[in-house]
Amino acid sequence: MTQALESKIRIQKEDFVVSDEIEAIKKVSPNIGGIVTFLGTGREQSKGETISELNFEHYPQMAEKKLEEIRQQAIVDYKIIDMSIIHRIGKIDIGENIVLIVAAGEHRKEAFLACEWAIAELKRITPIWKRETTTNGEVWVQDTP
Amino acid sequence: MIIVKYFASLKNIAGKEEDRFDLANGSTLNELCQAISKTNPQLGKMVQEKKVMISVNLDVVSLDHILNDGDEVALLPPFSGGI
Repeated sequence: MTQALESKIRIQKEDFVVSDEIEAIKKVSPNIGGIVTFLGTGREQSKGETISELNFEHYPQMAEKKLEEIRQQAIVDYKIIDMSIIHRIGKIDIGENIVLIVAAGEHRKEAFLACEWAIAELKRITPIWKRETTTNGEVWVQDTP
Repeated sequence: MIIVKYFASLKNIAGKEEDRFDLANGSTLNELCQAISKTNPQLGKMVQEKKVMISVNLDVVSLDHILNDGDEVALLPPFSGGI
């Protein structure tokens, strides 16, 4: 396993491989029986505009700190075994991976709940910003559903 | 010396990524915001209207927070990570 996969919280320019991340978290405990993943990808349409490119910027250190807080809270509140959160920054083309959350629990229910909560919390408290490029120019997105 | 960082859309408004302000010891974040308003009224208005969050040394704090020399303050527009 690479050093990168050993870290449960990552903000990186490089793409990630979902199956590698699932295999990495499976190694955490033999009691893992349910793994839920959320994968966010770059979509072409947003509010009626055609997007050609996305760019993500983050506040280094604070963004990682918030993701770690989310991970720790998910483990405690939802009683899951572990969680990994990866978010890409920089230029992202349509269809490329943006964000991955992997929630691993003994059973499926807590993993589903933790995963759904974690992506909502990521959007709420993590200092990461998205810039969309359309035919009308570039715009920093300020409100995401 | 207080370091002020701007992110995303605020970087465009400020015209820079970072600023430095000399304030008296014991100054509050509110007093820093007033100093920012003098150099950039548009940014000051956004702070006043609570359109941005403000962190000090990576923690979001309120305007009555007391600043110390060397603190890193960041003006944070609404987040839009994820998808």
